[in-house]
Amino acid sequence: MTSSLPLLSILIWLPLLGAVLVLLAGNQRPAVARWLALLVASVTLLLSLQLWTGFDTTTAAMQFTELKAWIPVFNVNYHLGVDGFSMPLILLTTIFGVLVIVAGWEVIKDRVHQYMAAFLVLQAALTGVFAALDGLLFYVFFEAMLVPMFLLIGVWGGPNRVYAAVKFFLYTFLGSVFMLIGLIYLYLQSGSFNILEWHELGLSMTEQKWIFLGMLAAFAVKIPMWPVHTWLPDAHVEAPTGGSIILAAVMLKVGGYGFIRFSLPITPDASAMLDWVVIGLSLIAVVYIGFVALVQTDMKKLIAYSSITHMGFVTLGLFIAFSIFRASPDGFGAAMGVEGAMMQMISHGFISGALFFVVGVLYDRMHSRDIADYGGVANVMPWFSMFAVLFFMANAGLPGTSGFVGEFMVILASFNASIWIAFFATFTLILGAAYNLWLVKRVFFGEVRNEKVSRLRDINSREVFILTVLAVAVLTIGLYPQPLLNVMHASVEHLLQQITQTKII
Amino acid sequence: MKVETIILLIPLLPLAGALIAGLLRNQVGRTGSHIVTILGVGGAFVLSALILKMQIYDDMQSMNYNLYTWGISDSVIFQVGFLIDHLTSLMMVVVTFVSLMVHIYTIGYMRDDPGYQRFFSYIALFTFSMLMLVMSNNFLQLFFAWEAVGLVSYLLIGFWYKKETAIFANMKAFMVNRVGDFGFLLGIAAIMSVFGTLDYAEVFAAAPSKINETIAVFGGVEWSAITFICVGLFIGAMGKSAQAPLHVWLPDSMEGPTPISALIHAATMVTAGIFMVARMSPLFELSDAALSFVLIIGGFTALAMGMIGIVQNDIKRVIAYSTLSQLGYMTVALGASAYSAAIFHLMTHAFFKALLFLAAGSVIIAMHHEQDMRKMGGVRRWMPVTWITSVLGTLALIGFPFFSGFYSKDMIIEAVGGATRFGSGFAYWAVLLGVVVTAFYSFRLLYLVFHGQTRMDKHTEDHMQETPLVVTIPLVLLAIPSVIIGYFTIKPILFGGWLDDAIKVSAQNDVVAELGQNFHGATALALHSVQTAPFWLMIGGFVLATWFYLFKPQLAENMKKRFSGLHSLLENKYYFDDFNNKVFARGFIRIGNSLWKRGDAGLIDGIGVNGTAAFIGKLGERVRKLQSGYLYEYAFAMIIGLIGLLGAWLLV
Repeated sequence: MTSSLPLLSILIWLPLLGAVLVLLAGNQRPAVARWLALLVASVTLLLSLQLWTGFDTTTAAMQFTELKAWIPVFNVNYHLGVDGFSMPLILLTTIFGVLVIVAGWEVIKDRVHQYMAAFLVLQAALTGVFAALDGLLFYVFFEAMLVPMFLLIGVWGGPNRVYAAVKFFLYTFLGSVFMLIGLIYLYLQSGSFNILEWHELGLSMTEQKWIFLGMLAAFAVKIPMWPVHTWLPDAHVEAPTGGSIILAAVMLKVGGYGFIRFSLPITPDASAMLDWVVIGLSLIAVVYIGFVALVQTDMKKLIAYSSITHMGFVTLGLFIAFSIFRASPDGFGAAMGVEGAMMQMISHGFISGALFFVVGVLYDRMHSRDIADYGGVANVMPWFSMFAVLFFMANAGLPGTSGFVGEFMVILASFNASIWIAFFATFTLILGAAYNLWLVKRVFFGEVRNEKVSRLRDINSREVFILTVLAVAVLTIGLYPQPLLNVMHASVEHLLQQITQTKII
Repeated sequence: MKVETIILLIPLLPLAGALIAGLLRNQVGRTGSHIVTILGVGGAFVLSALILKMQIYDDMQSMNYNLYTWGISDSVIFQVGFLIDHLTSLMMVVVTFVSLMVHIYTIGYMRDDPGYQRFFSYIALFTFSMLMLVMSNNFLQLFFAWEAVGLVSYLLIGFWYKKETAIFANMKAFMVNRVGDFGFLLGIAAIMSVFGTLDYAEVFAAAPSKINETIAVFGGVEWSAITFICVGLFIGAMGKSAQAPLHVWLPDSMEGPTPISALIHAATMVTAGIFMVARMSPLFELSDAALSFVLIIGGFTALAMGMIGIVQNDIKRVIAYSTLSQLGYMTVALGASAYSAAIFHLMTHAFFKALLFLAAGSVIIAMHHEQDMRKMGGVRRWMPVTWITSVLGTLALIGFPFFSGFYSKDMIIEAVGGATRFGSGFAYWAVLLGVVVTAFYSFRLLYLVFHGQTRMDKHTEDHMQETPLVVTIPLVLLAIPSVIIGYFTIKPILFGGWLDDAIKVSAQNDVVAELGQNFHGATALALHSVQTAPFWLMIGGFVLATWFYLFKPQLAENMKKRFSGLHSLLENKYYFDDFNNKVFARGFIRIGNSLWKRGDAGLIDGIGVNGTAAFIGKLGERVRKLQSGYLYEYAFAMIIGLIGLLGAWLLV
């Protein structure tokens, strides 16, 4: 389907244009910068809804495609399009595009225009990553999103922001260099940067293995997987609230999306051969990182570690497909695993975004993220605590919330691969409950711990707005995931066809 | 009104009440909140009774239909729907009736509590969740509701969230239940893998054909799939229905307000595991191994937990251990394939145990929230209604002939006596000895609270009086079924085939049918009981308790000293809590710390990452300049660069 308007281009370029205008507002007029940024993000969000309403769920073909020659000499094209994997992720991006601007509304007092502009640029780059169908275009957006995030941490971050920003940058940058080599190799083999053509490209096992490992380096860092995860807690701790929200809610998903768009369909044979590596690392993420999350004393670190365990379900859901097909040729459960991984990504977006905002609300008032500084918050902030308990419960995978859907589907699917994979994955029930509830107990329940807590004011209408939007999303997806699943079916079927056919020539 | 509409309204009315009382708590106020929730739950009760009536008198067939499609994945259709058969409607009536009584009672019990609206909202929400649990027609919704009742239980145990013991107890309850859910979820995953569906009817229909199906474990080792599924599901039931060793959360849950101890932690939620296993009887019947496991766990819980009740001094904790023991009885019945006997005891127990808890709560109100029985005594002088209803509840609990508990407990003992499965011998002796123990701790409680010399202080004594009508009316209304319900329902429920549309028992396992051959009516059964062992064991427990606590109070102290080893074993609850604290709670934290400090910080960051730390440090020096005004240019350069690069195609 082609739309009369170049919708995807508008979703990318409108925020960029907005960023320029916001910057022009200058440092002297923060109110103008705020309202302008909000206007741009809101219009972008409204426009992006057409992706949902105009989406054809019966086909796995790319939709809303745009194709223009960009650098013809190298056969590089400005090629955009979405399918059932990328469309929900773009909506996630545009929704959070608005929320992070509201989240930083009166909290950021320093260089407001630059802060707002950075988010608009980030949104544009993220949308571009999900919409790009050209390998080089993807790479440009992939790297472009590092810059505003780097600035957000480095400028508006906490005391140790430089270490965190540099660590973040180096990690992701080093990872993506290996991916770039892979992309260039694919170009040399196919004479094109078209990702869809790469899906059809025959490759020997050796070639596939190297490309797979190169991509793994990039996406494992991004998502992140154990043991290349240590940048994430540091980045979150130092990032301003809005930066943490967008990092957790959207940026991590680029890693999962990369596996879906590149690794699995381009190197299916290598993925099948090395699936045990990814499965092993995923289970380590679920169990090992679950334990590590339990002993964190900094709320943001705890949520960051819990993000890593949740992303473990994404990589697990994607890569158990191979052993499911090995166990039984009808592959029952493989689609459930992939769809569970997608649900987990969307759900984690809303839940982790909400949790970082929850911590932000407390930090704005107390200037501490240390669990030990809190206690009895429910006494002074009852409405806020109600939301917070809901989101922490959702983070513990409570049925009825979105947090349950993906984990449930992946666990059900993994049982078809091996009882032991399911066994270790199910540990999340216990560990997830432990670290979430223990935090809730120490921060929200109990007697008011100290005088600072006793002076806390409950949330204002701006904060209520953000929390309500996220709560509605978390509950809607939890109680009725079918519309979202329906969007994915055709693309998932297509992906499973791709990964079960050998590409070795 | 269509039947489907009635059925849908049954869970939705309490939900509406919960939402109004919770979200509009300031608008509806205190009175408004109890009016809306009582209307909701009362409506649900009336409609549930209507459904039951239609089944009994109007020959209404059981219904199984879906409400909406939750999701579709991998050609599996996950549904939300209702299965309304005789088992369901029985549970619906029990749940809504007890819940209604507790709602009314709460008006009195929570009168001065600042969280009044919140409390009503929670208990109405609980009623909704529990109804969704018993009405479910598939495993997904079962798990949903299973966790939802767990969540409300968590919120209610920690209702007084300032109280350190309460917020410890609610976290413990949730965690222990999650351990049970671990098995439950793996069981459900195995069902999905073996059957390809989560719909009850489809699973039950296909079950006999899957009896030889196995699950590959390791190399050549294969487990029976049905046994794996049943054990997994039962581990879930052990969490929710507090069977040893997952029972540890229930006594601590008494930190919550008494109305919820009655509703959630005695009458309804804790019986969800029993209900679930009975519902799954078509599966469990296919695995003798799983049922033996159920028998042994149940037998141990029934006897061992009752014994702890003997040494407790907190009035609510005695009843809590009694609940554990009674749940053990129900579990034993399940293990003996006497599912209908388990459900029968579940029902009678719901009435008399709710009564005993609410009566205890009535005493607690009068005593100004004192729960230590050592500071009570002689209370009957001031509280006749509470006293008499307590006596009636106690007689039902110990299984005195003609009282409701007599019929249900006697049938369990008889049934397990007739069972031949591995473990049935042990379970039989456990439930038999449990009768002495039950009678002993029950009368001990009765004497310590209501009889003998008063041991309360002068101030409390001056203010002692019977509790208001909102408290005593529910006691009376619960006392009626506690006395008579067994007499009138034993025949249809156990021997009249009332539950045959839900519970499937293989002919060779059907111990209840064997009992039916010797059943000559409820009166004859009660009269005959004086010739049986359970009756005299009960009398034995009663005599011992009377001797110890009514006539020779100092004797109890002497016995405590004489058997100090046993006493401290019971006092420390067989050291389950200490073991869990030392091994699991502290062990987990130690593992977490060492993985974090040695693994993440030491190995990965220490060697891998910060080997380049010097490098980063230097780089950091330069980047620090970012703060001093270079950002503007950076951001602009970035945007212009992006625009330039991407826009190049326009020019080419």
